[in-house]
Amino acid sequence: MAELLVWPALLAYGEAAVAYAGNARRPGSLGLLATWGVRLGWLAQTALLVVQAERADGFPWSTWAGSLNLFVWLVVGAYLIWGCSPRFRLLGLAVMPVAAGLLGLSYAAGGTTSSTHTAWHDVLLVVHVAFVLVAFAGFTVAGGLAGLELWQERLLKRRRAGILRLRLPSLVALDRLTVGTIAVSLAALTIGLVPGFVRITDRGLDALMAGTLMAWLLYAAILYLRVGAGRRATAARLALVGLAAVLVLQLGLLATHVA
Amino acid sequence: MTLLLVGTSHRLAPVEIRERVAVDPDGATALGSRLAADGEAVCLSTCNRTEIYLAADDQGEADRRATEALSELAGVEAAELEPYLYRLRDEAAAVHLFRVAAGLDSLVPGEGEILGQVRTAYEGGAPGPLLDRLFSHALHAGKKVRTDTAIAESPGTTSSAAAALAAQVFGDLDGSRIVIVGAGKIGTLAARRLLKRGARLTFVANRTATRGEQLAENLGGTPIPLERIGEALATADILVSSTSAPDLVLRRDDVAAALPVRKGRPFLLIDLAVPRDLDPAINDLADCYLYDIDDLEAVVQETLAGREEEFAKAEAIAVAEGERFSDWLATRDVVPAIRSVREQAEAIRRGELAKASSRLAGLSEREREAVDSLTSRIVNKLLHEPILQLKEAAATENRRGPENRVEG
Repeated sequence: MAELLVWPALLAYGEAAVAYAGNARRPGSLGLLATWGVRLGWLAQTALLVVQAERADGFPWSTWAGSLNLFVWLVVGAYLIWGCSPRFRLLGLAVMPVAAGLLGLSYAAGGTTSSTHTAWHDVLLVVHVAFVLVAFAGFTVAGGLAGLELWQERLLKRRRAGILRLRLPSLVALDRLTVGTIAVSLAALTIGLVPGFVRITDRGLDALMAGTLMAWLLYAAILYLRVGAGRRATAARLALVGLAAVLVLQLGLLATHVA
Repeated sequence: MTLLLVGTSHRLAPVEIRERVAVDPDGATALGSRLAADGEAVCLSTCNRTEIYLAADDQGEADRRATEALSELAGVEAAELEPYLYRLRDEAAAVHLFRVAAGLDSLVPGEGEILGQVRTAYEGGAPGPLLDRLFSHALHAGKKVRTDTAIAESPGTTSSAAAALAAQVFGDLDGSRIVIVGAGKIGTLAARRLLKRGARLTFVANRTATRGEQLAENLGGTPIPLERIGEALATADILVSSTSAPDLVLRRDDVAAALPVRKGRPFLLIDLAVPRDLDPAINDLADCYLYDIDDLEAVVQETLAGREEEFAKAEAIAVAEGERFSDWLATRDVVPAIRSVREQAEAIRRGELAKASSRLAGLSEREREAVDSLTSRIVNKLLHEPILQLKEAAATENRRGPENRVEG
């Protein structure tokens, strides 16, 4: 029965995605409906995760589909930090369809069921997966923020007369948030990678590990470009590349790693 | 108890009258306390309006005292002040305050300062249950309008458009550094708007040293010769140019030379001059955003076009909040009647139970409690519908909008 909690979460995320799209066309009360959709969906998904954790005898999200479920929860959780502010509603337009889609995928692949049979009992492994997922969720939100920043940059460069009516967050605020989110996520990824390296001698370097290392280098380069070299727009563009890389790692290569 | 508003504003009174009835926050507090002797009172006084909100049982007396207080402030006879006064009551007064809090009744519609002024008036006034509710609703309505509509993002002039764009780039302008090029009137006006939002003037570059020095002294910056403008570019966040020079004052290469030390910090350049002062190619440089007078005009036109739509949305919010307040008022008015009906029904129930007590003598204590509970439930169910209708009737009566306007 507890598995049914995925439905209110899915419905609420879906409703939020549709309401955000409507709000982008006609800003107003739909934005409020959207933020409530995000909040209620996240609460429903939290309840689902709690039930999964309570019933499992180890780490409950050890499968590819299970980790996707946790990943979606982390992404929406990170988005909720700013997402309820009206100026960040457009970020929801980028985040919530992805969240609803990935949660649906997780459900279809069996990641939202509760099972007592779990593979992982090793604390180091759990720390590894949890921190890497936190980092990936942060990079995903940073990608959304960078997209919003680049869009606003384009509007300003083209001197679009209607820019003020969009009520976007300021360019400087988006820049700071993107860089801050990447910095925190990179630190989480670094912590998550250490236990992974401890185990590398047992299983060797696979595609996901190589990809994650590349992602680490990419985000380190982004931070250097923004903070050290002052290349704001380039850093934002690379954050979008990073987002694509993270989604490939999470959706594609993770299956091979877990298997 | 009736809600009454007596006041004057820029809609009816010229500045000569408004300045005479205006009071500072302490004066508004004192006035509120004085007028609240037999009820509740809050005085809202800004440079564009002085309004007294009263909740009193005797509407005529409250009106007389408020009018007297305003004429005392103005130092004229009440009859002389009368043409500049308006009076509203109940829902009309509430909707008016909600419109005021939303900035819909401001001289510059959508301005945000008024919400803080309404809060100050509320906090300094002498509200009771009715005005407490009214002002809480007003603050809520004001915030809702700013959240759900873009009314506050509707600059009406090129200088306010420049300030709004600066806020779009930098967010909070607190501490943002401005450089003014040229001491022209329009540039100074734009700079003043930026300073008002918290920005800081660093340099004033002007061809004529004396005018530049004078402007720098007035606004708090450092005067520099126009030839040394390049030095100011490394640290500036916003540059406002409005010289009468026939050629470009700042070229792409001048700005490009400053970029390495700026470390990707955005640079907003506002060119208010005709012919233009700033090389249009500056906009091609990374992190530089150049707006000339035509771009700013386009921003103004666009926001003015959208303003009507935003105004309609904001008005709808104010009216909806007014109806909510009115419903509350209506419920409040019928509370004594509802209480009386309930008391009568309860008395009848108890009387009938007492009459039947001999026939119920054989019942156990538990059975007696069951009968008592059953009769209570029947009475409540019978009263439910009439009470609802009473509330609805009171709400309908209360929503007679046009009648709420007394005069003015």
